Amino acid sequence: MAKNGSRKAEKTDEARGNTSAANSEATETHRKSRDTLLFTLHEIQNRSPGKTWITKEELAGIAQEYGIPLAELDGIVSFYTMFSRERRGRHVIRLCDSLSCRICGSLDIYRHLRKKLGISRGMTTGDGAFSLEVVNCLGACSTSPNIMIDDHLISGLSLEEIDAMLDRLAKEEV
Amino acid sequence: MSNMQHITGFATLENPLDIESFIAKGGFSGLHRALAMTPLEVISEVKRSGLRGRGGAGFPTGLKWESVSGDDERYLVCNADEGEPGTFKDRFVLEHAPFLVLEGMAIAAYATGAQTGYIYVRGEYPHVVASLSSAISRAVKAGYLGAHILGSNFSFNIEVRKGGGSYVVGDETALLNSLMGNRGYPLLKPPFPTEKGLWGKPTIVNNVETLAYVPYILTQGAEAFASIGSPDSPGLKLFSISGHIAHPGVYEFPMGTTVRELAAAAGGILGNLKAVQIGGTAGPIFDTAALDYPLDFVSMRKAGGALGSGALVFMNTTVNMAHVLEVTMRFFAEESCGQCFPCRYGTRQLAFMANKIASGQGRLEYLDLMRDTIHVMVGASFCPFGQSIAFPLESLLDRFGDEIVSFIKQQEFLKEAAV
Repeated sequence: MAKNGSRKAEKTDEARGNTSAANSEATETHRKSRDTLLFTLHEIQNRSPGKTWITKEELAGIAQEYGIPLAELDGIVSFYTMFSRERRGRHVIRLCDSLSCRICGSLDIYRHLRKKLGISRGMTTGDGAFSLEVVNCLGACSTSPNIMIDDHLISGLSLEEIDAMLDRLAKEEV
Repeated sequence: MSNMQHITGFATLENPLDIESFIAKGGFSGLHRALAMTPLEVISEVKRSGLRGRGGAGFPTGLKWESVSGDDERYLVCNADEGEPGTFKDRFVLEHAPFLVLEGMAIAAYATGAQTGYIYVRGEYPHVVASLSSAISRAVKAGYLGAHILGSNFSFNIEVRKGGGSYVVGDETALLNSLMGNRGYPLLKPPFPTEKGLWGKPTIVNNVETLAYVPYILTQGAEAFASIGSPDSPGLKLFSISGHIAHPGVYEFPMGTTVRELAAAAGGILGNLKAVQIGGTAGPIFDTAALDYPLDFVSMRKAGGALGSGALVFMNTTVNMAHVLEVTMRFFAEESCGQCFPCRYGTRQLAFMANKIASGQGRLEYLDLMRDTIHVMVGASFCPFGQSIAFPLESLLDRFGDEIVSFIKQQEFLKEAAV
């Protein structure tokens, strides 16, 4: 691919698979598999119970498998908020702070979780049980305020009920 | 089924994955009708119905289908990357009436000559990914998808893909980029995806709700659909209603229904209404005058907004608009894809100022600086994301600027009084 071409045009062409002749063969080989990339990233990130991030070795393996330069794959992974290249807790708590959730009490849950877990957004508890993330919308505004713990949407629970759930999860063997 | 119910009528099935009960309710009869017509006749029927895309932009669906040209290898993508805050209607459709979406996709694929379909589901809906896969295999088994659908020469397969968490990917070109395993950057149009989409092949991208209304047009006819709602925006619409309202949820009403009627249908406002955001976070925040607005694409444009995804977030008088400003600006800063400078930097500046204001360290000059910033972003941002911030920001400053000024002054006074 012409290195001197305009960046925008280059990116556009590449993204559409409309690459130069020299590159088209490689695109052909990888194009069927590459649409499964995000799916694979999800699978590897959650390969075993309690594993919630993608390790450097795994990333290198995926890069090889898909024929994507590691630097490019790194850029792809970092673009999406659900993937983490850093160790996270065995359970990932996603607190929704969209407008609907905010006006229905998301900050009350946030303050409570911060106190209970002793961490702020983007952090992991010392025992490695929980990571706390604040997200922009879980798409469940009819039950605001919402949180997600791993793959489960949690709505309409009191702070005490959330505590009980977290206590149970923290004790679980992995 | 009543004329004023389509999706919500199908959504009452006890087990949404029970294909027999879906068929018993009239499911897949639209596909039967379509296969008895030529593809061009199906497109013409959809064009005459006046159906407009329900993802937000409101582009006429029939025109989009008609504009597919070029290569014979074609793709159909169902956009289920519902990321617009305040919007949860596509989740509702996929949870409660998945076969309706599959039927709409099969009809769309038949009309446009697509052989392969993808449903791109946002990563935050993992249960939908699982249930859709199950729905697809049941539909294949029953002959509504796969090879030689209903004994015809038409074959069409659907695969489910899962997103990784990104608002911008809701844009159709960004979604295709993401589907091809890239960063979800939006692209310049033209070329439109209908000419060059997935892997350079012609691709139709339709929203979940749009596709779910297609079977209605085939079974009831274009005229029946066109007779509902507003002349320029016909048909029914799903509205996502949340915030300070008695019964938040998804409501199906004709286009042109007023905000007041919807609020009443949802049990009324909790407390005294102060503001309502219409169309998602990228939509304006209106004051109580919005109660009389008819909700359709044309009327909302006239009101200085957009119908968008059909989300309504009601706010009562307990809400501090400085906090609404902060939530909204932080959203844009976090979701900017970073591809272009005006948006990447502008959203961060706006979020910084909004955060200062909400946390009591705001300055009055921030309000002018915010207007200057958005002026540059509207003119210079690469894609509609960076431009759309003008809607919520300018509406907040125009309608609730006095409150924000008063809030800033009050905080300044408190600081001085403390000295």
